Amino acid sequence: MTKLTLSRGLNEGLRKALENDPKVLIMGEDVGKLGGVFRVTDGLQKDFGEARVVDTPLAESGIVGTAIGLALRGYRPVCEIQFDGFVFPAVDQIVSQLAKMRYRSRGQISLPVVIRIPCGGGIGAVEHHSESPEMLFAHTAGLRVVACSDAADAFAMIQQSVDCDDPVIFFEPKRRYWDKAEVDTVAGVAGALPFDQSRVALEGTDVTLLCYGPLVRTCLESAAAAREDGRSIEVVDLRSLSPLDMDTITASVRKTGRCVVAHEAPVFAGLGAEIAARVTERCFYHLEAPVLRVGGFATPYPPSRIEEHYLPDLDRILDAVDRTFGY
Amino acid sequence: MTVESGAATTAVTALDQPALDTTDQAGDFVQLLTPEGERIDHPDYPLDLSADDIRNMYRDLVLVRTIDTVAISLQRQGELGIWASLLGQEAAQIGSGRALSPGDMVFPTYREHGVAWCRGIDPVKLLELYRGVSHGGWAPEEHKFHLYTIVIGAQTLHATGYAMGIQRDGADEAAIAYFGDGATSQGDVNEAFVFASVFNAPIVFFCQNNQWAISEPLEKQSRIPLYQRARGFGFPGLRVDGNDVLACYAVTQKALQAAREGQGPTLIEAFTYRMGAHTTTDDPTRYRLASELEMWKLKDPIERVRAYLVRGGLADPEFLAGVDAEAKQVGARVREACRNMPDPPPLALFDHVYAEPTAIIREEREQYAAYLDSFEAGEDGGAGR
Repeated sequence: MTKLTLSRGLNEGLRKALENDPKVLIMGEDVGKLGGVFRVTDGLQKDFGEARVVDTPLAESGIVGTAIGLALRGYRPVCEIQFDGFVFPAVDQIVSQLAKMRYRSRGQISLPVVIRIPCGGGIGAVEHHSESPEMLFAHTAGLRVVACSDAADAFAMIQQSVDCDDPVIFFEPKRRYWDKAEVDTVAGVAGALPFDQSRVALEGTDVTLLCYGPLVRTCLESAAAAREDGRSIEVVDLRSLSPLDMDTITASVRKTGRCVVAHEAPVFAGLGAEIAARVTERCFYHLEAPVLRVGGFATPYPPSRIEEHYLPDLDRILDAVDRTFGY
Repeated sequence: MTVESGAATTAVTALDQPALDTTDQAGDFVQLLTPEGERIDHPDYPLDLSADDIRNMYRDLVLVRTIDTVAISLQRQGELGIWASLLGQEAAQIGSGRALSPGDMVFPTYREHGVAWCRGIDPVKLLELYRGVSHGGWAPEEHKFHLYTIVIGAQTLHATGYAMGIQRDGADEAAIAYFGDGATSQGDVNEAFVFASVFNAPIVFFCQNNQWAISEPLEKQSRIPLYQRARGFGFPGLRVDGNDVLACYAVTQKALQAAREGQGPTLIEAFTYRMGAHTTTDDPTRYRLASELEMWKLKDPIERVRAYLVRGGLADPEFLAGVDAEAKQVGARVREACRNMPDPPPLALFDHVYAEPTAIIREEREQYAAYLDSFEAGEDGGAGR
């Protein structure tokens, strides 16, 4: 076991992927010499060469579109989109091409392309650098959408995503890039939890708190604080946003009878809405309270000096938890 | 645009533009066969085609026009939802299509029926898409002909990426991306030019400038001849008579060869004309003059080859009649096959979304199957799934 930052976990995972399969490529803006603006690809171009770790022109649609062409040729590209807010120029290629090619070809074409997107706020950034666009992709059939929350998951999930024959949108919680966790880089991914399954990050009995990406840590901290008040929160790290692991979610909510969903993306038409509907269908007679949601407001992402009011924090999450006990 | 000011002088507005140069044919216009069917030589493009090759191209041209005509009538009869006609663009497609080596990979738009023909794709497969039976029915790798891309210009990036793959494989192959004049305004096409250029990718950009993007004439897309755009991206561009099958063959072959030899991309602007509507839903009489079409009819891509073959004694009446008879047969077969094409079973709509169906898709499929089964046998739902 080694203690690694989330960024380093990704780096080690990508290194393994490059070592294991000569068809794996990394492409994006500044991923080469610089190692990416978050250093996720640090040192990879030096070790694997410019043909496999490709500094691309500054054009997101071009990155994804050429990655599709490379995948058609048998390659497995991992694209880096530098920031969440910069994925939009590539949305046509992702939504209309990448997601639909298997369906269009009646199963003849696989596009094993991974699109890494640093996501979420809390880093004091300017506009377009703090967004959570996961639902645009979760709503698109043909894409898998996953989010890692710590270094160990980052290390395993990026490799599982590269191995996957479906296109994967891979969200990385940018304000957690420097959080450290124990990672078993020697064992590899053989024993790791499949990346389309959710994980009970903390067992509890009174209420289920569903979260992913940057809010997993916040939710674990919320659970620790609640425990001091004698309340037992079960924290589930969803990991896979599409498809949803409804079995894990359902099992937890049937046990606790209460459910809160937390995400940074706006509550309106967010993942919480889909989960609330499905939990209500599956757990109606187990629920002691309606499924509550806590998340970003129905506004654009605010200027950073007031972003703390937009982002769900420990107090807002516990406020929602408290409200589920008010029914 | 000029407007009269109150003082009766001609005022210049912000929308005023100098005369356009988009249709200037004086520059590089490679032509090897005139509209009258006369062979002319071009120093850069010696032709390596035998009389037999040219007769075969004539056959290709006639057959794809026939297939196109049949498809239009099938749409009119309600057998197809829509059809995008290639009428007038046969030479650009057959010339470039026959220039391909077996290993070269084609990335078409939705109008490349002639190129598809050259790649050995059964025309009936093309009709599947327009009938609504599939989104693309053929095996792309087998034919080295990718599925039709409907979003304008998106396939140029796929072609460029594919070419980057060829480069990494060290293969003696090239990619060719087809697109139209309208597509040259798309970001994706411009990004494809940038990527192809900086990576020196083995690709040919084959632009069929058919003068019209639905209702918008070329001057709404460009202030300069399209082939000149290449210069700004750092690779050669040239214009060819897109109604001259021999010239289209020659320039494409040379550009593909250059790509395979590591000389990077070439932009070919095939100067042609969309003689029909944009698709069967379109009405060109609303936006263009009949006289324009009449002028282009004089430059018909098939007639000039016929004239050349006949005048040179390269084709006798028997050959020409044989081609016409074959066209009739092919047309009849396509018509018949289209009418007999079955719809996919309803539950096929759940297939091939992911490599393995997800839990949600499995669940929705089962629920919908049960819903269909809830109808009495003999009704729509219960049957045929």
